[in-house]
Amino acid sequence: MEPMEIPVLKGGTKVATSRVFDRDPDTVPEEDLREAIWALGREGEWIVQPVPEPYYLAPTKYGRLKKIPLEHTWHHKSCGQCGHIPGYSTSIFWLNRLLGYDYFDPRDQTSCTAWNYYASATSNQVAQAAVAMRNFSAAYESGYFPMIHCGTSFGHYKEVRHELVHDAKLRRQVRAIMDKLGRPFVMPEEIVHYSEWMYAIRDELKNRVQYDLSNITATVHPACHYYKLQTGDAIYDPEIYGGQRTAAVTGVVQTLGATVADYSSWYDCCGFGFRHILVQRDFTRSFATLRKIEVMKEEANPDVVLTHDTGCVTSLDKSQFAAQAHNRNVGVPVMSESQFAAIAVGAHPFRVAQLHWHSVDYRPLLSKMGIDPEKAWMEFQGDLEQIKSGAMDYLTWEHVL
Amino acid sequence: MPSDRYLEVPLVEKQRLFDEVKADPRFHTYLYGCYECGICVAACPSARFYDFSPRKIAQAAAREDLELIYEQMNDDIWNCSQCFSCNRCPRQNSPGGLITIMREVAVKNGMRSMKEALAGYTRIIYKIMTTGTQVSPDMLQEDAFPDWGPQVKMVSDNLDLWRRALPPETLHTTGLSWQVEERTMQELYAIWKLTGTLDMISEVDEGLHDIMEEIMDDALEESGISVD
Repeated sequence: MEPMEIPVLKGGTKVATSRVFDRDPDTVPEEDLREAIWALGREGEWIVQPVPEPYYLAPTKYGRLKKIPLEHTWHHKSCGQCGHIPGYSTSIFWLNRLLGYDYFDPRDQTSCTAWNYYASATSNQVAQAAVAMRNFSAAYESGYFPMIHCGTSFGHYKEVRHELVHDAKLRRQVRAIMDKLGRPFVMPEEIVHYSEWMYAIRDELKNRVQYDLSNITATVHPACHYYKLQTGDAIYDPEIYGGQRTAAVTGVVQTLGATVADYSSWYDCCGFGFRHILVQRDFTRSFATLRKIEVMKEEANPDVVLTHDTGCVTSLDKSQFAAQAHNRNVGVPVMSESQFAAIAVGAHPFRVAQLHWHSVDYRPLLSKMGIDPEKAWMEFQGDLEQIKSGAMDYLTWEHVL
Repeated sequence: MPSDRYLEVPLVEKQRLFDEVKADPRFHTYLYGCYECGICVAACPSARFYDFSPRKIAQAAAREDLELIYEQMNDDIWNCSQCFSCNRCPRQNSPGGLITIMREVAVKNGMRSMKEALAGYTRIIYKIMTTGTQVSPDMLQEDAFPDWGPQVKMVSDNLDLWRRALPPETLHTTGLSWQVEERTMQELYAIWKLTGTLDMISEVDEGLHDIMEEIMDDALEESGISVD
C-alpha cells in the first residue's frame, strides 16, 4: 500500500485552502434548544435563569452565538480536578480574581456524578437529571449563574437538558423530586463550560501576559465530552482550524502568544474510559501514550500538552510514567489551559497552578517560559513551613494575588 | 453468523433483557439505522485495543438480534470508553448511548460480566454516592495507582499539608474533593432513594448496598426529607 500523507495542518491551525467555509442554517442537523427552553419557561414548566450581564457572544458549530457570562458565576467544580489536580480549579478562581470578576464557590454543590455513571452505569436517566437540576436550583437560589468546570459534567448536562426539553414525563418525574427537596425547578438559559469563559476573556488575558511565549509550542487535546456530546453547543471559530474543529483551548493559547501545533490524532479520545482509568488502566495507558502523546511528540514535539477537562489531564499526564519506564517517546507536561494561562499572566506555578500535583516534569517548560522553577519551589516550600509551624493556617488568596 | 456463545440461556431471557433496553426512553433517539460506513469504528478508541465494534452494537440493536445483543451485554459493553466519539455517525446513531442503556440493564439484572467489570470499583461507588464527590484526594494512594510512579506517594505523604496550601477555602479537604454541606448530601441521598439508584447497588454488591442504605436512612431521618 502506498504511504498516505497525514492530514496535519502544516501551518498550525490555519487551513491551507481557498475554500471558504460558510455555515448553512438550512442544513444544521441539530435544533437550537434555546427557544424551547424559554417556551417551557413561559408555560410554567420551569424557571429559566437568564445569563447575567455582561456576557460575551461566542460562535458555535452551526453559527448561533452563545452567551458566555463574564462574572456573577456559580462555579460547578469538578471532583477529579479538585481531588487530584487542584491547581486546575485554583487557576480558574485566580483568573476571576485577577480580572476583578464577582464569582461564587459553592458548598451546596455535588458532582454531576457522570464519571460514575459512564464508568459503572449504577444510576439512571431520572437520577442523573435530578442531580443536574438540584445543582442548577442551588445556583439559581444563590443568585449566580452556573459555570461548569468539568468537560464531562458539561457534556452530560447538555444531554440531560436535551432529554428534559423533549420528554414531558421525565420533566414531571424530576420536578416531583425537586418538590420533595423544596427546590425550584430551574433550567439555565445556557450551559457554559469554563473553557468557553477562557475563550471569552482571551483578549483580557493577552494584555496581561508576563512572559514571551513565542518560543513555546503546545499541542491541544480537545475533550470528547466537550464537543462530541450535543455537538452544536461548542465553540467553533472560523479563524481557527477553518471552523472545522472546536476553537476551545486553541483560541486562548494562540491569543496568549504561544504556537499551537497540529497532529494527526487530534480527534482521538485521551483513553480515560471512566471505568478503565480506575480499574483497567492498561487500556488507558496504551491509548494515552501510543495514540496521543507519542504522536504529538513525533509530529509536533511540543513543550506542553494543553486540554480542558479533568479526565484528559489525568490520563495524558499520569500514563506517561509507565511508558517512560519502557523508553517510549514520551515526556511532555500536561495541564489545563487555565493553569497555563494563569502562569502566563503571572500566577505562581506552585501556589496557584499547583504543578507539584502533576507527574511529568514541567520544569523545562517553566524555564523556557522564563520562570525559575527552583526559586518558585523554594518560595512554596517557605509557605509550607509557615503552615507547618502554625504561623499561618492556610495559604490564602491574599498570599497569591 | 448468529452468535452461539450463550445457547444455554433461553431465548425468552434474552428477549426480556432486550425489551428492557428498548423500553428506555432514550433508545429511539440513539438508533436510526446504519450505513455500515464504519466511521464509528474508525473513531472508537476501544476498537483499537479490544475485539470491539460500535458498528456491531448499532447493527445488532437495529436487527434486534437477540443472540448477539446478549453476547454483547456479556462480552463487549464494558470495553466501551464512553467517550462518544461514535456520535460522529452520519445517521445520528449513538452506539455509546446504546451501551449506556445496555450497561444499566446489565446492572439492574445483576449480570455476571457486570460484576467482573466492576470488581475493584465498589469503593468509587461508595465515595460518589455517600459524599457527592467521586475521587477524593485521599484515594490517591500508591498501592491503588502503582503505575503512576513515585509522584503519587509524594502527594499522599504530604496530603494534609498540600491541601492546606490551596487558596480556595472549599478545597481544604482530604476525604472529599471539596467541602459539601450536610444538607446537600442529604438531598443527594434522597435522589438515590427516590430514583431506585440505591436499589441498583444491591445487584452489584449487597454488603455495600446495606452499608449505604443505613448511612442514607439515618441522614434522611435527621433531614426531614420524605422519600416515601
